[in-house]
Amino acid sequence: MPSPLVSQVVTASDLLQGDVIYLTADDDWTRQLASAEVISDEAHAQLRLLDASQQNNIVGAYLADVAPGPHPTHFREEFRATGPSNYAHGKQEAAKDV
Amino acid sequence: MYKYSEFDTAFLAQRNAQFRAQVERRIDGSLTEDEFKPLRLMNGLYLQLHAYMLRVAIPYGTLNGAQMHALADIADRWDKGYGHFTTRQNIQYNWPALRDVPDMLDALASVGLHAIQTSGNTIRNVTSDHFAGAAADEIADPRPVAELIRQWSTDHPEFQFLGRKFKIAVIGSSQDRAVIRAHDIGLRIVERHGEQGFEVVIGGGLGRTPMIGKVINDFLPRADLLPYLEAVLNVYNLLGRRDNKYKARIKITVHEHGLDNIRALVDDQFARIRPGFSGVDQTLLADIEAAFARPPLRTLSPEAYDTAYRADPVFRAWADTNLAAHRDPGHAIVTISLKAHGETPGDATSAQMRVMADLARRFGHDELRISHEQNVILPHVHKSDLPTLHADLRAAGLGTANIGLISDIIACPGMDYCALATARSIPIAQDIATRFDDLKLEHDIGALKIKISGCINACGHHHVAHIGILGLDRAGVENYQITLGGDATADAAIGQRAGPGFSADDILPAIERLVLGYLDLRLSPDETFAQTFKRLGMAPFKSVLYDTPPREKAA
Repeated sequence: MPSPLVSQVVTASDLLQGDVIYLTADDDWTRQLASAEVISDEAHAQLRLLDASQQNNIVGAYLADVAPGPHPTHFREEFRATGPSNYAHGKQEAAKDV
Repeated sequence: MYKYSEFDTAFLAQRNAQFRAQVERRIDGSLTEDEFKPLRLMNGLYLQLHAYMLRVAIPYGTLNGAQMHALADIADRWDKGYGHFTTRQNIQYNWPALRDVPDMLDALASVGLHAIQTSGNTIRNVTSDHFAGAAADEIADPRPVAELIRQWSTDHPEFQFLGRKFKIAVIGSSQDRAVIRAHDIGLRIVERHGEQGFEVVIGGGLGRTPMIGKVINDFLPRADLLPYLEAVLNVYNLLGRRDNKYKARIKITVHEHGLDNIRALVDDQFARIRPGFSGVDQTLLADIEAAFARPPLRTLSPEAYDTAYRADPVFRAWADTNLAAHRDPGHAIVTISLKAHGETPGDATSAQMRVMADLARRFGHDELRISHEQNVILPHVHKSDLPTLHADLRAAGLGTANIGLISDIIACPGMDYCALATARSIPIAQDIATRFDDLKLEHDIGALKIKISGCINACGHHHVAHIGILGLDRAGVENYQITLGGDATADAAIGQRAGPGFSADDILPAIERLVLGYLDLRLSPDETFAQTFKRLGMAPFKSVLYDTPPREKAA
């Protein structure tokens, strides 16, 4: 039984870079979980996933649970949102450049 | 070493051009991901957790200096300046962009390397003994046979859509340094009545159902190799299960039908197809063997080595762990550790790759090997060159003296990279290596193999480790199970689970208890962890792991 506090985001990999992306409320994709559209309604989430899955520029879209913040609820999503732990590569590297 | 023929070069160029077009069609939307995925996998391109990953085959683990330089150049130009050497004698680039991959493949082709069949349900990169051609205990160099199998299996039209992936390993000595009994087919060159042939082992494998391979044929004449392999693959291709991917490997086929039934089917099929093999493969093999002629070795005084060994304790420690006996007593086999304490097992920077390539050219007849234990080997170094070689390795951060010791850990990429992983492997390996380096106990502990997998697929070979660690997801938390008593040598054995798993925070203290417990249990410093476990069994180790409170660190 999912917690009422758990919402969802649509996430996927970018076709060209292969990196982690999230669907935004204005139908664009962002590399930051903080900018993702947080969806609390299950039926709406399924619709948003269906729309996203039609796009050619992304791969493997699915719904990931998030707690308020939004913060990932599972460690796998935490790693996807951050990057590997052995080098400061991936999103943590990109964050340094900002 | 084998040099590509015109045919090989043309084949690879055509294949790369095909893939370039497929990538373009994927990007412009002509191909869906479902259509593209099997095509990219057949060319070694995965989509991982944070990025694409390109897996490049290093056939039977052999490279020359120019190839190692090319791997370094590719890492700098299209990746993040490093590469990860794997337990299947491959190198993986963790950060390529899709558009760049065709250029990377062309750069690989320019030095005779490729990524074909490093994924997909095909015959994968043929692996071998990383000491091949140099080991003192060798009957014959297994690499010509491995190359013959590579040529036969590459793009073999019948074996592009097997029920599951298929791994073949070949060795030429009594000691097994390639874990052949954990392969779908393991081949060992043996001699009978002065004739060379093969002992053929089938149905080995790790993963969620670990099995030790069984001998299906104790002496296969040399000339029968390809028709026999083809017969095994024919039988598997028809009989192997396709209803359940977890029951699709040949180990399950052998288990379900029984070795004797499989042997009878293979023998029947072999009798049918053998006449179709005209012997052209044996002509080809003779040409390949000529390409693997032993390098001309020098006869020099080993005095420089003896002097350094006596005078320099750092050199002596490295020589004691990282050198192996060469068939020529004036030479040594050098293992370069890619396991510096606290670093990622199997990773080398582009600068380190270039240093190793240049050292191979200067001191090692331009030969390098990649081991399934994720280290790099210079197979033919004269002993008098070792002090200089060691100094150069140290300057490049490659002088770690730990081969076969507790910090020489196999670790799969785990959830830091792999989309299939259920937990991380790399940080656990880093923590164990750093901790035992701090304790200064590593050399006292002696021979001990720790192997870590971040999921049940067991790329980190945890089943055949003295101490195996398997990372799992238990109710949304990383959890690590310990197995004990595995063996990756000719006496291959699957380890037994010690008990309940440990959290990410508790696994390092658990390993520390286990190893300090072993120091108390062993009869003498000469008794290895594996021997102590064999003598005492699981009970005392289980007690150390689960009954005792965490012990204070050793004084």
